Amino acid sequence: MSTQPDLLYSEEEEALRAAVRDLLTDHCDVAGVIARVESASPHDPSLWKALADGMGLAGLLVPEDRGGQGATPREAAVVLEELGRAVAPVPYLTSAVVATEALLACEDGDELLAGLASGRRTGALAVGLHTAPGAAFTTVRLQSGALHGRLTGIADAAVADVLLVPADDGGLYAVEADAVTLTPQTSLDLTRPVAEVTLDGARGHRLGDAEPAVRRALRAGAGLLASEQLGVADWALTETVRYLKDRKQFNRPVGGFQALKHRLAQLWLEVVHLRAAARGAADALATGEDADVAVAVAQAYAAPVAVRAAEEALQLHGGIGMTWEHPVHLYLKRAKADSIAYGTAGAHREALAGLVDLRAP
Amino acid sequence: MTDAAELRRRAQELLAAHPPAETERLDFLRARFDAGLAWVHFPEGLGGLGVPRSLQVVVDAELEAAGAPDNDPRRIGIGLGMAAPTILQYGTEEQKRRFLKPLWTGEEVWCQLFSEPGAGSDLAALGTRAVREGEDWVVNGQKVWTSSAHLARWAILIARTDPDVPKHRGITYFLCDMTDPGVEVRPLRQITGEAEFNEVFLTDVRIPDSRRLGEVGDGWRVAQTTLNNERVAIGGMRLPREGGMIGPVAKTWRERPALRTHDLHQRLLKLWVEAEVARLTGERLRQQLVAGQPGPEGAGMKLAFARLNQEISGLEVELRGEEGLLYDDWTMRRPELVDFTGRDAGYRYLRSKGNSIEGGTSEVLLNIVAERVLGLPAEPRTDKDVAWKDLSR
Repeated sequence: MSTQPDLLYSEEEEALRAAVRDLLTDHCDVAGVIARVESASPHDPSLWKALADGMGLAGLLVPEDRGGQGATPREAAVVLEELGRAVAPVPYLTSAVVATEALLACEDGDELLAGLASGRRTGALAVGLHTAPGAAFTTVRLQSGALHGRLTGIADAAVADVLLVPADDGGLYAVEADAVTLTPQTSLDLTRPVAEVTLDGARGHRLGDAEPAVRRALRAGAGLLASEQLGVADWALTETVRYLKDRKQFNRPVGGFQALKHRLAQLWLEVVHLRAAARGAADALATGEDADVAVAVAQAYAAPVAVRAAEEALQLHGGIGMTWEHPVHLYLKRAKADSIAYGTAGAHREALAGLVDLRAP
Repeated sequence: MTDAAELRRRAQELLAAHPPAETERLDFLRARFDAGLAWVHFPEGLGGLGVPRSLQVVVDAELEAAGAPDNDPRRIGIGLGMAAPTILQYGTEEQKRRFLKPLWTGEEVWCQLFSEPGAGSDLAALGTRAVREGEDWVVNGQKVWTSSAHLARWAILIARTDPDVPKHRGITYFLCDMTDPGVEVRPLRQITGEAEFNEVFLTDVRIPDSRRLGEVGDGWRVAQTTLNNERVAIGGMRLPREGGMIGPVAKTWRERPALRTHDLHQRLLKLWVEAEVARLTGERLRQQLVAGQPGPEGAGMKLAFARLNQEISGLEVELRGEEGLLYDDWTMRRPELVDFTGRDAGYRYLRSKGNSIEGGTSEVLLNIVAERVLGLPAEPRTDKDVAWKDLSR
């Protein structure tokens, strides 16, 4: 490796972060999220409109001449950090990153790409959320020009206008949401629910080859998910530190007890490491240099840290952390679901074994 | 304004006046110091030019390309990393002129007389006494974990000058002559078999008051400069992928398929990822320093490296199977240089046990992170307002 990745945040990236954080502070309070996730509409359409259309963030990864903002995965990663910090129930990762990256790999996807980039339309890649970048994925049957099959675990399908469906002819098809039957699945992570998609003779528009599009989409999803996980972990750490300075037992703030301080310091150290790994993946996706390794490293590291951060937050909050009313469970569920999304840490370690030549026995 | 181009010009001037091929090593190093190219961030006249530290690489690259000798920085790390910045900040003009040049050229090696058998993590509780007698201080006590004491000409020393005030306030900082007849250096053998460190016994050592650094009773504050610079030195390393302890393990794994098991494979991959992320974290810290935005991340780097070194070298011994039952050499030696990745897996495993103890134990570092970075409350203290002489020990 000749050059080192740029692991810092630029001034523009910090300005973007501040703008997203301001919007989320005003429009995405956790009490609202807790109330919303059990309603008929767990996603927040007005927040999504403000982010995607109002701020133009849905088009960050799309070049300007194809209707986007012409930014890079580095900026999208900053947005995802903030969305993770707020467990915002919006389809940013699934539409503005994964579906968008799939379309960027297709020859005939530009019209839809421009629609997604503008925020007027929302897309979802119809591949199970658990699928790792190198893993096999389910396809539907193409028969007499119509698509037939059942796909499960499709994240944010409930709010997608259009689904990108891989078929058994090797093509990726754009299928309008109203042409399929969509059945919400009871999801562990209520802020990013998954659904079952049934196609019963649905018509689709062939966008291009599925294989490279899905690979590219899942790699970008896995790499940038690390930034979301960083946001989740950072919230868990910050909130727990704040609470333990305030919470008193035995006539002292409990954050003064060494047994707890050491756990928090250890967690801080892991979050610091996660930040470097997540920036490494975002920068590698932006430059294209060393991206497979950087993404696998980030995902192999990020998931256990985010899960542990949320679990520590719950434990160190004591009884209140176990209640539905306290937001820590939203972060725990997001972190746990994220640890499966786009491949588990173990799947990414297995990928690394091949990438860096540390072969199995 | 001295910029990179000007520094290159000065380096070329030095090389022209003292061609490395025809100049004695020490003469070249002295001339380099006099030209202000030793440590460019130091003031003029003291080996520097008062320019940003980041420009040092320009000079180093220019001189290295011309085949000029360096001052063998690994041999004199304590002098360069700890004694020099402290002398620069607190020394008198006379002290700076006397000590900095031979320190930098390596003519005079330095060691550090801080830790004591009774003062490890609680360094401020140290009991080595310095008593004023006329123009001298008379020092008695025992220091421990002193690298290079057997090679050193000088030592930075902290000693108790006032036992009647709380421990942090009664300490004074000295520059101690290691050739004084009252200084006795004994090797301290470690679990690796070698003696990289020493015990130093101080018996009626006389230090003139002119070798006091900083005010009487202000030694704890002076020592903070020394200790902070130790941590800067630890955080500044730049590594390629597989540059640390993971390198030899990965190499063995690739070269010797017969040693592989599924269990070891899972553990190796996990540690490989952690080592790579630690490397990226160190690189990010370095980029922050270069960009002039130092973050608090440095406080944790040593914690991470200590644990990783221990786990990786532990795995390596196990990976080697039957050979893991062997050790390369238990002979008692006194190495001049410390190389954590040198020698065999067994040595690495044993030596890395010290990584979570030396330069601040991992437990103390976790407290520092918790209190200074996260702002969590300190433990209630029972020693703050008690005179040192009344502390329990």
